[in-house]
Amino acid sequence: MNKRLIYLIAATAAALSIAACSSSVKLDDPAPIEDRSNMPGDGSAAAGAGGASTNPAGSSRPITPITIDTKDPLKDPNSPLAKRSIYFDFDSFAIKDEYRSTLEAHAKYLTANRAKKAVIQGNTDERGSREYNLALGQKRAEAVRRALVALGVTESQLEAVSLGEEKARSGSDDAAQAENRRADLVYQ
Amino acid sequence: MRYLITTLATLPILMMGLLSAPCAAQMRIDVSGVGATQLPISIADFATDSRAAQEIANVIRSDLGSSGAFRVIDPQLTVSESATPDYTSLRNSGADAFVGGSASKLGDGRYDVRYRLYDVARQSTLTGESLITPEADLRLAGHRIADAIYQKLTGERGVFSTRIAFITRQAGRFRLNIADWDGENIQSPLNSPEPIISPSWSPDGTRLAYVSFEAKKPVVYVHTLATGQRMAVANFKGSNSAPAWSPDGRSLAVALTLDGMSQIYLISATEAGTPRRLTSSSAIDTEPAFSADGKFIYFTSDRGGSPQIYRMPAAGGDATRQTFGAPYNVSPRISPDGRQLAFITRREGRYYVAIKDLAGGNETVLTDGGQEESPSFAPNGRWIMYATRSGGRENLMAVSVDGRIKQRLSSSRGDIREPAWGPFAK
Repeated sequence: MNKRLIYLIAATAAALSIAACSSSVKLDDPAPIEDRSNMPGDGSAAAGAGGASTNPAGSSRPITPITIDTKDPLKDPNSPLAKRSIYFDFDSFAIKDEYRSTLEAHAKYLTANRAKKAVIQGNTDERGSREYNLALGQKRAEAVRRALVALGVTESQLEAVSLGEEKARSGSDDAAQAENRRADLVYQ
Repeated sequence: MRYLITTLATLPILMMGLLSAPCAAQMRIDVSGVGATQLPISIADFATDSRAAQEIANVIRSDLGSSGAFRVIDPQLTVSESATPDYTSLRNSGADAFVGGSASKLGDGRYDVRYRLYDVARQSTLTGESLITPEADLRLAGHRIADAIYQKLTGERGVFSTRIAFITRQAGRFRLNIADWDGENIQSPLNSPEPIISPSWSPDGTRLAYVSFEAKKPVVYVHTLATGQRMAVANFKGSNSAPAWSPDGRSLAVALTLDGMSQIYLISATEAGTPRRLTSSSAIDTEPAFSADGKFIYFTSDRGGSPQIYRMPAAGGDATRQTFGAPYNVSPRISPDGRQLAFITRREGRYYVAIKDLAGGNETVLTDGGQEESPSFAPNGRWIMYATRSGGRENLMAVSVDGRIKQRLSSSRGDIREPAWGPFAK
């Protein structure tokens, strides 16, 4: 019950911070973002949610237990954060709608955890020049980086890099090529 | 490590090398095609019946034969440089030139390697030399003699004593390798679990710049071969790649992503500093290559919608498009004399080495493999080495700039890629 409650509060807070950031707040001005990121740990919010003082049937000396959940959402296979790869169409650098929820989940996590950093690694298939592919992979990583910044993640939390074709899955079939048109989020 | 050199049937006399070559091959060269004109040259076994002497004669035969400019004749004789050649039988064998020589061990363990090159028709000596050689450099002595003969008879510098750099991938390890031009005598200055790409020789041949992914991202290093010292010269946020030396060896043009997209910058090759931005496009700019005189930089850009090769002044400025014949032309390399542009072109979904006269002219496709990458000019401009695939494996090939002769350098173990032909030895 309480775990759920805390998650809800955290999610609400993160959503608020994203809402704030997706407007025209300057990215080099971290103040509004950081104010809101403190909310999940804020005692007054937890007390208010507990609602002890407004419960007439309760004890006069209520105790609201809190369980510290040390489970890292990054390690939870059921969390939306478990999805770390964004796939692109051939010769395209546009992020498809189906990845919106994945990116929003990562943006929520990163805005709520300002100390966390992530590297976005762009990849390409093996066809053509290695160096040109490196630049193409950068373009994919950069597209994901910009999307996360637009969702309120600070620039200093992110680095877009390219692995080009160097980590490409071998094979010339369409499935292998599609797998290689990918950007991965790697938390540091 | 021991190696094996063989040739295709077009140069059958080189099969002689096979008989004396040791087993356990790691790399081999296959040659196909012949030059427009071939000078018949007879090369005797060198005097003293030592392995050293035979190895030297075999290196000379192999070098000259694989160049396509010679038809090598083995007279099945041992003739030292001090003996008078049997000109009559040489003429009967069809030889226009003849080489005799010797290798004798000196008191300090080194060898005195001697040779003499004769003009058979005039019955005269053309050149000769004595090379005092440490045992480890006996093959190099053979390459140097081949260079001297090649230059005397063709008027051009030979590249047989130059070295190549390339990357191998084997059992999950990546190695930067330096070898003689024929793939022999391999040494690995760098061995890493992460990819290494784009090796590039400093103009004086003492350092290599390359891109290593050991930090889980591309970073440009400059590595001094003799000392093993290396320095990250471009390790900025984002990706750092495509190093190209300026002709004076002081600077590198590189591709950086400081502003999101890959753009071309100039950095110092010797110290950390602030990169100077050379291109400002909203597209991909990468793969810089200096012109031979250092005044221009050629590079790949997709600013026009498809990747093409452009040229701009070395300090930056307006760029002009250089390639037009296909929707994908990348990886520019300029010939040492500054007159030709080699690059990779995509035709009907396949990738080939092409060449173009910079003074104007057609874009000529030189290769037929279809999976070519990473062209690299020999320092005499006669050959272009490149990476390709065959039999499910990556290997290296070299094609003469007239497209007539091809050499394949393949490995019995692992993939070979990313060749960079080094400069002439000082």
